[in-house]
This record gives sequence, C-alpha cells and structure tokens, in this order.
Amino acid sequence: MRGGMRLRLGFLLGLLASLADISHAMAQAGPHDRPPHQVWSFEGPLGRFDLSAVQRGYAVYAQVCSACHGMKSMTYGDLAAMGLTMEQVSRIAATQQVPGGVDAQGDPVTRAATPADHFRDPFANPEAAAAANNGVAPPDQSRLALVYPGGPDRIYAVLTGYREPPAAYRPSHAGAVYNPYASGREIAMPPPLRDGQVVYTDGTPATTAQEARDVTTFLAWVAQPHLEARHRLGMQVVLYLLFLAVLVFLLKRRVWSDVH
Amino acid sequence: MTDAGSRDMPDEQEKTGVVAWLDARLPVVSAFRREYVDYRTPRNLNGLWNFGAILTVVLLVMLATGIFLAINYTPTAAGAFASVEAIERQVPSGWLLRSIHVTGASMFLAALYIHLFRGLYYGSYKAPREMLWLTGLVLLAMVMFTAFAGYVLPWGQMSYWGADVAGKAVDAIPGVGPWLEHFLQGADAPGDVSLHRFFILHMVLAFAVLGVVGVHVAALHVTGSNNPLGIEPAGPRDTVPFHPYYTSKDALGLVLFALLFAAVVFFLPNVVFEAENFRPANPLHTPADIEPEWYFLPFYGILQSVPSKFGGLLASVGAILVLFLVPWLDRSPIRSARFRPFYRVCMGLLVVCFILLGFVGRHHAQGGWMIAGRVAVVYYFAHFLVLLPLSARTERGIVLPDGIADAGRRGA
Repeated sequence: MRGGMRLRLGFLLGLLASLADISHAMAQAGPHDRPPHQVWSFEGPLGRFDLSAVQRGYAVYAQVCSACHGMKSMTYGDLAAMGLTMEQVSRIAATQQVPGGVDAQGDPVTRAATPADHFRDPFANPEAAAAANNGVAPPDQSRLALVYPGGPDRIYAVLTGYREPPAAYRPSHAGAVYNPYASGREIAMPPPLRDGQVVYTDGTPATTAQEARDVTTFLAWVAQPHLEARHRLGMQVVLYLLFLAVLVFLLKRRVWSDVH
Repeated sequence: MTDAGSRDMPDEQEKTGVVAWLDARLPVVSAFRREYVDYRTPRNLNGLWNFGAILTVVLLVMLATGIFLAINYTPTAAGAFASVEAIERQVPSGWLLRSIHVTGASMFLAALYIHLFRGLYYGSYKAPREMLWLTGLVLLAMVMFTAFAGYVLPWGQMSYWGADVAGKAVDAIPGVGPWLEHFLQGADAPGDVSLHRFFILHMVLAFAVLGVVGVHVAALHVTGSNNPLGIEPAGPRDTVPFHPYYTSKDALGLVLFALLFAAVVFFLPNVVFEAENFRPANPLHTPADIEPEWYFLPFYGILQSVPSKFGGLLASVGAILVLFLVPWLDRSPIRSARFRPFYRVCMGLLVVCFILLGFVGRHHAQGGWMIAGRVAVVYYFAHFLVLLPLSARTERGIVLPDGIADAGRRGA
C-alpha cells in the first residue's frame, strides 16, 4: 500500500518535473552578454501593468519603432485597454491611412483607419522591409516580448546596450552595429533611442533609459494584453475552487463516514 | 411530491407523470438510476480511480471550447495564424477559452497517462476486462492523433515544423511512406491542404473520441470496476452504490484537478504555451530546436534512440501497439501489483524508463542521452515481452484476501 503510494507520487512528480523543465527550454541563438535582470511590475504570477508606463511606451512605439516595425495582430481598438477612451482611440486611428478599396475608376484609394483596423504595416512586404533595413527585415512586434529569447530584460538591455565596439569588432555586413546583448553581439538596427527623442505628455523626463523601459513595458503588454485580467480572474477562480474543495471534502467525508 | 402521503400505493400508481411516461418509452431514467445511482462499485477504490471521471469532464470541456475556437478559426495557411491571434486579442474572452483548450490538451494527456498506469499497475486489463482495456488503448491512439492535429492548427513555427517532422517520419516507411505522406499533407511540405485536412481530422476525431468513450464506459459497466486489491467483490459488503459514495469522491477529485488546471491556465500558461509557436509558420526558417509537446516526448525519445529512421518509427508505434497484447502477455491470475512483488518492481522501472525517454526526447538523444535512451527502449520492450510473461513464475504461495471488506478491516 505505502509502496504503491510512493510510486504514484514519483510518477506525478516526474510528470511535473518534465513539464517545468520544458517551460525554459528555449535555446538562445548566437553568443551574447547575459542581460541584467530588471524589476518589472508585470513579472510573477500576480504581476500587473503600470498603464501610464504602457501609454508612454506606446508614444515611443508610435513615434520611433513603428517607422520600421509592424504590429500586425493589434487593432487600434485594442489600445483602449491601456486606459484610453474610445474617442482617443478613434483619433489615433484616424491619423493613419489604410488601403480603402478602389474608387469608381478602379484605382486603389486609402482612407483614415478606424478602431477595427489592424496596425498599418510600415512596409508593403518582407522583401521591401529587408531592402530598406540593411538586408534584415525588422521583426513584427506583436509577440516580440514573448518570442525574443531573454524576454523584456533582453529587449531593455539591447535598447540601452549600444556602446563603442571593442577594437577587434568588424561588422559582418553593411549597417550592422555592435551590441553586446544582441545575438552574436551584433544587430542590424541602429541605436533607435536617445535622450529627448520622444515627447511625453505626462511630463516624465524622456531619458534614453526611461524611453527604453517604457517601450519594453508596452511591448510586454502587447505580447500579453490580458495578463492582468488573467491574474485577477485566476485569483477569483482559485479562491472559489478552494472554498468548494473544502465543502466537497466535508461532504465526501460525511457520505463515507458509515463505510470505514 | 404530491404522493408523499401515499407510500403504500402500488407501483402502477407511482408511474404517472412525464418522467414515468418517458421512461416507459425510452428507459433513460431507469438506466441512469441503474448505471449511475445504484450501480455497485468496489468500496476500496483509491484516488487513481478518479481519473476516469476527470477525463470525461475534460473531454467535454475540450469539445465545448473547441467548437468555440473552430467558429473563429480560419483553416488556411494565409489566415490561420491571424485568426488565432484575433481569438487571443479581439474576440471577447477568446484568450480564456483558448487557454483552457490548450491547457486542457496537456491535462487530458497527463490524466490519460495516469489512467493507463493505473490499469497496468492494478491489472485492470485482465479477464474479464480485456475489451475495456482495448477500447481504452484505441482512445489513447485517437487522442494522440487529435492532439497532434490540433497542435498544427495555430500555424506557428512549432506547428509547421512539427508537422514537417511527422511527415518525414511517415515518409520513412518503406514502400507506402512517400504516398502516405503525400496523402496526409496533400503536398511535399505542410501547407494549405494539410492544414485543412488536419482541421477536419481534429474535429472528426474529437467527436469520434466521445463516441468511443461511450463504448469504453459501456464495457466498464458490464464488468464493473477493478479495485486496488484486484479481487472481485465477494458480496454486497464489498461494494457501495455509485451515488452518493463515488459521486462525492469523484467530485472531490474533480475540484482538486480543476484547481491544478486553473493554476496553469491563470498563473503558469508558459508551462503549456510554447513561445516559439507565437511566431508565424515560416517554411524558409527552421527553428533551432524542434520539439514536440511534452506528452509526445517519450515516443520522440524512442524515435531518436533507435539508429534507423524506419526502425525508430516502428519502435515508437510499437511502444503503443505492444500495450494491446498485454492481457495475453501477462499469464498471472493475480491482478493487483500489490500482491506481485516482482511485477511491482518492474512497473516502477517502467515508469522511470518512460519519464527518462521523455528527457531523452528533449535532448534529441545526443551524447549520454543516446545510451540512456537505448537502455530505456530495451527495458520498455523487455518489460512487456519478457518480464511480464515471466513474472507469473515468481508468484508462488501468494494468498489473496477473501473479500474487500475483510481485507480492509485487516489491512490499512
């Protein structure tokens, strides 16, 4: 009996161990310096987003990143979830021109975007994107904070990590720049951020570090837009189930009391 | 309760009303009462017997969330990834239902492996329960196909390259391989046609699983449940009615399982979501590390441990097929491993080897993992083909308890 129990436990633990092991299995391609760990409000099982940082990060994305990086999966309406009103979202959408079908002569026309439209791609196709960016197409940023090995820590490290290359460094292709945190310590993206590059409406000083931190927070939010709702609902569900478990346990014990 | 004061009325008098009318024409009410209320069940079932009920409920959850996902899904190479992203982002509560579905796949397979282990450990496959065992194994195979087809649908990098690896494995079958690969994929590489076929295969198999579960449960209700002692109930003292005894116990098991389920869905989604699959499928860019979902890893480990490609495929398929022979390979009349010391040690080693093969699969059977993988593969087959048939010879002079109730009083 007890041996069987031990066996069962071992089996379950083995399953769990292999599960946990798989979650951080992603190999990181190309040697690079280890990005220092940053404290993020969205970390951990109860993490939440600082929405003002997300909004500032959107300003960085809109004014800087969006020139080259797409964010295909997002609609302008999705921005409402970072604390904007529908009027604000509609105004943001209206500043963008998207393909609007054809006119009476059959010529393609554009129209102002609506909240239901997806973010406009900066390039017509991946080839055009690569041709305009030293031969490397800038990756789509919809899930970048999830799929980029190293996650937000490494995104922040890359954005703030540009520095004088060591004497031995030779760019592998035209336009490549040294960055110790990028894969192979080299990146095709020139330093995107500098002090004062973005205008923050909330008066936060726009230092390079602040911009990098805010845009990383925004990218993390875009990659997991329902993180906060997930954690909040999770707490409610778990508390409910714990309460139910106690009740069902008492019920079961009472039902079985005449058997043992 | 209009006839509360007329308990001594004859039976015919009670059989009025809508329920009785229905039951006289289609005896669903009395069948339900017979099979789920009065149904006699051994009184000593332990927690491992909860997993049948758990699997049933998870299957229903999978079908419900799956239908919702199918409504919002586009089965084309151009549209699949975007439609899943739209479910995650724009469809109200889409992220929640998709997360439940993805977590459910892992939880279902985990529960299925525990259920299968329970059957092996307590000898639930032996006469008269062979059909119960065989239908269960058919379900295992169907669920594996369903899970694989479902994993391809989001059309991320892992979906695409997983389908590619599977296609190449099928291609290794001598003679029919290339034809079969082409038949499944509709082309030489995964694409529009394969995605459409996998989508239909996923949906059809999912509902077929529900049907075979019906057969499986029907087979169970013919013979009744086995139990941890592996002896047939000797009399009414050895059994309890299913309701309220096992309804309350299954309810507890379900709530505890739901807690684990919720913990993964809400707090640890990274355990079941592969980050690489959030990149859209790119046939021109092979990921650094192609790896199936954890529940296929032991079979992937077998595939990679065997030197020949076709041999590896035979071994990993054989690892499932050999289970079909277990009722006839095991010659011992004793069911439960509790009374079979030798078999019990063998079962422990089998579990160790199965988990070890999972790790071998994760490490692509490289270096030391290759040796470990080969040892584990040899043990896996030796367990079923050699040790299991021979174990009966080691069991002499074993006295089984006369009845479940008496054993309970003497033992634990």
